Amino acid sequence: MATYRVTPALYRVLLTVKHVAFRSRWCIIASRTQFSTVYDPSEKTFDKILIANRGEIACRVIKTCKKMGIKTVAVHSDVDCSAVHVKMADEAVCVGPAPTSKSYLNTDAIMEAIRKTGAQAVHPGYGFLSENKEFARRLAAEGVTFIGPDTHAIQAMGDKIESKLIAKNAKVNTIPGFDGVVKDVDEAVRIAREIGYPVMIKASAGGGGKGMRIACNDEETREGFRFSSQEAASSFGDDRLLIEKFIDNPRHIEIQVLADKHGNALWLNERECSIQRRNQKVVEEAPSTFLDPETRRAMGEQAVSLAKAVQYSSAGTVEFLVDSTRNFYFLEMNTRLQVEHPITECITGLDLVQEMIRVAKGYSLHYKQADIPINGWAIESRVYAEDPYKSFGLPSIGRLSQYQEPLGLPAVRVDSGIQEGSEISIYYDPMISKLVTYGSTRAEALQRMEEALDNYVIRGVTHNIPLLREIIVHPLFVKGDISTKFLTEVYPDGFKGHQLTDAERRELLATAACVFVAEQLRSQKFVGNLRVSTAQQVQKRWELSLKLDKGIYAVTVSRSGLTYTVELDGKRLDVTSEWNLASALLPVTINGTQRTMQCLSRDASGDMSLQYLGTVYKVQVLSKLAAELSRHMPEKVPEDTSSILRSPMPGTVVTVSVKPGDEICLFSGGSIITLRPWELPVVTSALGKHLRRKIDCLNQRFHPQQSKRCISKF
Amino acid sequence: MAALTSVRSCSRLITGFNAGYRSLIRGSGLPGASARPRLQLQPRWYAVSYFSVQERIENKRKAALVGGGQKRIEAQHKRGKLTARERVDLLLDSGTFVEYDTFVEHRCSDFGMEADQNKFPGDSVVTGQGRINGRLVYVFSQDFTVFGGSLSGAHAQKICKIMDQALLVGAPVIGLNDSGGARIQEGVESLAGYADIFLRNVKASGVVPQISLIMGPCAGGAVYSPALTDFTFMVKDTSYLFITGPDVVKSVTNEDVTQEELGGAKTHTAVSGVAHRAFENDIDALLTLREFFNFLPLSNKDSAPVIESQDPSERLVPGLDTIVPFESTKAYDMLDIVRGIVDEREFFEIMPNYAKNIVVGFARMNGRTVGIVGNQPKVASGCLDINSSVKGARFVRFCDAFNIPIITFVDVPGFLPGTAQEYGGIIRHGAKLLFAFAEATVPKITVITRKAYGGAYDVMSSKHLRGDVNYAWPSAEVAVMGAKGAVQIIFRGKENQAEAEAEYVEKFANPFPAAVRGFVDDIIQPSTTRMRICRDLEVLASKQQNNPWKKHANIPL
Repeated sequence: MATYRVTPALYRVLLTVKHVAFRSRWCIIASRTQFSTVYDPSEKTFDKILIANRGEIACRVIKTCKKMGIKTVAVHSDVDCSAVHVKMADEAVCVGPAPTSKSYLNTDAIMEAIRKTGAQAVHPGYGFLSENKEFARRLAAEGVTFIGPDTHAIQAMGDKIESKLIAKNAKVNTIPGFDGVVKDVDEAVRIAREIGYPVMIKASAGGGGKGMRIACNDEETREGFRFSSQEAASSFGDDRLLIEKFIDNPRHIEIQVLADKHGNALWLNERECSIQRRNQKVVEEAPSTFLDPETRRAMGEQAVSLAKAVQYSSAGTVEFLVDSTRNFYFLEMNTRLQVEHPITECITGLDLVQEMIRVAKGYSLHYKQADIPINGWAIESRVYAEDPYKSFGLPSIGRLSQYQEPLGLPAVRVDSGIQEGSEISIYYDPMISKLVTYGSTRAEALQRMEEALDNYVIRGVTHNIPLLREIIVHPLFVKGDISTKFLTEVYPDGFKGHQLTDAERRELLATAACVFVAEQLRSQKFVGNLRVSTAQQVQKRWELSLKLDKGIYAVTVSRSGLTYTVELDGKRLDVTSEWNLASALLPVTINGTQRTMQCLSRDASGDMSLQYLGTVYKVQVLSKLAAELSRHMPEKVPEDTSSILRSPMPGTVVTVSVKPGDEICLFSGGSIITLRPWELPVVTSALGKHLRRKIDCLNQRFHPQQSKRCISKF
Repeated sequence: MAALTSVRSCSRLITGFNAGYRSLIRGSGLPGASARPRLQLQPRWYAVSYFSVQERIENKRKAALVGGGQKRIEAQHKRGKLTARERVDLLLDSGTFVEYDTFVEHRCSDFGMEADQNKFPGDSVVTGQGRINGRLVYVFSQDFTVFGGSLSGAHAQKICKIMDQALLVGAPVIGLNDSGGARIQEGVESLAGYADIFLRNVKASGVVPQISLIMGPCAGGAVYSPALTDFTFMVKDTSYLFITGPDVVKSVTNEDVTQEELGGAKTHTAVSGVAHRAFENDIDALLTLREFFNFLPLSNKDSAPVIESQDPSERLVPGLDTIVPFESTKAYDMLDIVRGIVDEREFFEIMPNYAKNIVVGFARMNGRTVGIVGNQPKVASGCLDINSSVKGARFVRFCDAFNIPIITFVDVPGFLPGTAQEYGGIIRHGAKLLFAFAEATVPKITVITRKAYGGAYDVMSSKHLRGDVNYAWPSAEVAVMGAKGAVQIIFRGKENQAEAEAEYVEKFANPFPAAVRGFVDDIIQPSTTRMRICRDLEVLASKQQNNPWKKHANIPL
């Protein structure tokens, strides 16, 4: 019997072959494998791992487990029974009903699932139980490995006050502020004055922007203290607050660290996460345009020293605020795998999940700090089921009636846990996927991101691609001149979609006109029908009238083969395409420039929705005759909605903040009610009006896509 | 002047010249003096007649083009409506309209109607034939600017003429209705005209597709012509259909009701089920009608049209594998299934706002028109009731009459119980749907997506009613009733109902009982449904099936 020795080189080849099989989701980046981390089959880790999470991160972990030959167990709530992560895993256990508190946070049920399936280790992903020390403790008690840091590290870093003290002792730069719990309002004002305004008041147990207030004077400090402690008490059950200097216009840059149980720790370079909305990241990139090698090293070394100070093992992230002069301050340490870890994997070639599993088993790291490269540039866009036109993203839900990831493009990685037909529900995070593009330079990665976003087909739910597509081409972003205030500064009146230039408008209109003509021509192509008039000549030239917003444009189209020549505004555009009207994507070449548009809808009365440069435009295309006659058509008066409060997103009403007789004023932005699960205030446009009737809808559920969306009339 | 007099005296020999001459002057808008020199050029009377006939033809045609005159056209436009001719132009391929009977005028001689200014060439309707995407269609378009589009004997005669021709050659008839009703001055002649049209509607029924688009008022006896046609569409806000108007209603039943409430588009598409769909305005209606026309064969001798399709027939639809919820009581949208399966997600729904518990409409599979019938679990759990049965039955019969294959998606918990339904005659009306499916000889493909309970299972194009290909999805449950009800009967008095229910579910709440008996041909993966149906349609394209000879069947009306 012949035996084959698997050399590392041969293994690399085998791995490549394996990746090709996985190509449906994992793209090979520029002819190199995703991860240079080579799995050594002789290195025994676990036989079976349970993934205590759902969605894309569960799928992500399962993929690495499969690569390492580890059996996987998925847990799921009952509504998730046919989710992608359940299908991918070798085994699946239902751990409860839809609400996370009863399923994915239900430690009893998950412990039971571990016992039942005999899983030897648990990967918690991010969120849910990933930073829950109780859960880690229970696992340890049962002899099950928690794939993550030790309990004491989770605990130490989980508390903002404690972590800051530890960081200070580990010689990590920290934000000037008060290291301790603020007792009352007066103390808060005193401390704020000591630090110097502006100051940030935040919840000790907080995260995700909750319980955070900025104060610029004593009055605001008092108010902020009250608000934050209330919010902290209701959100985290812990009203302890701390105060620190508020750093204006900061960047949010974080360092990925990786440590083993033998005292080795590495920093895997930084991730720039400054593009945020409501303190949640939207676009991330690695490396940062802002850091010079010295700063990077200084940050990395401090991050490693912090990790060592808490005997950290596994993958973790040290978040810093960086001011305009490259002073950096420790913010917090996340003791888990971050959402945005793929960009680090792209530039370093490491498989972080694999490293986490190895470290959890007790192996030491293969690498030295000098082995960690920065290869090229990676950018990640978080694609959410959100309406970007409402406060940069209000959650939307629905069924993905059509879904196609741009995997045919080079150097694109999509981490997702959904597929066509999946339901985005109110129970879970509305993230659709993480779209990562990679290039040897930032410009290349950005260019690929543009293409990837244009080729991403998502139908059935509102999504934030319009916003993502705008961010990555914004001159300030392209220059790298960004801060955490980017969105609010660039779009002070909210995001309004892409603003077309004249040339872009012409491209859009020309394409719309061509789609109309292609459709007209096709509707005359009856197969094998002898009763179609033969006398009729195929039309060669069309005179059309297009309407976009308020503008009306006269367009002529003439056709030769697949190329349509469009005349518009005295300009001539040659538009070439396959004109496949059944395809979700519409690739066109306009005067030699390639564009990918998407035709979302078109109907017989000439209305067409085209997605162009990320934004969806409604165009009406009519023949000249129909356009002339349409001036006789009466304008339909839209329903007056100014005095109707409608739910902009699905959710349950948890607070009502106005009483009958109150004027709806700009106080707290016209907020009237608050909806769960996202705790977002609902704002009305009926400013200045008085509330006549009591809003009586507490604990009711609303859904914008269903008839029950009108919360109240006043 | 003398010359003109002599010409006049000669020309009296030609009947009707007087009127023609006057209309010439009126039509051309020229003062009498400027017309004189041209007549003087030709002193010989026959030559005069030749030229005057030419001019009279031209002028009559010109007059016909403006119908009731510029002022009335403006009034029509102000109402947000297009004129009869504008509508025809928009409906048909440009330049294909061939008009008939431009010169027909009404023959009424009472109440001053004989006066020249009361005669309009073509009278109050425009008729003819033309093409929609190259395919022949006969059209009549009532002209509201002429006597409010009222129906005279001549008007009816014109409509009858094109209907007769349409039947002869086998081409659809589209009526654009915009008429105040009968021409009262003509009395019984007008009524006779209606009856003539009704008769032709009935004769043409099932021979050529007939479509009515109501674009203005349509009241009294006139409503029965649209009611006899296959499809009635309406324009929102400008069209009304009622037997008697609000005034009569007030005097008879003392009800206060507006025109819109009584017979507007909303009423008829959502409440009465008289109209099949409503459109925003004239342009939307006419352009959508063009799209709709492409689904229909020209006559009962033609097969369903096939359009070049770019949507691969072998396309898998992965979304369908997860569409049926895990809990059998939870709703989902049948339209998601329909749109996923058909070409380019394009589904032309018929009666979208009426009896929403059943979904019917046209789509294409691999380019060929198919009729889709589906229970809608989102509304009333998709049960069958009076309205949905009638809606489904009429649609199925249309498809059968015009060689359009029927694809049925079944998720039906049964017929709706209750006194309202029983008193309303659910037995009689439910039988219509059963009758229609059983009678149909076109290719019939059925997919059971979930529940197929009781008699409703039989009705929904089951194998037993000559279904050609019947599929079940793995989520299908073909049974007499749901587990709870069944257990209460089978295991009456048994202690452990939950256990009994589990046993029933295990035995019956799955596709096997039907599959082992051959009542479904296969249990298929939902994502492959499109592929399977496309292949089956290809096979069934040559299906030949005949019902026993009969004068006509006796559907339980």
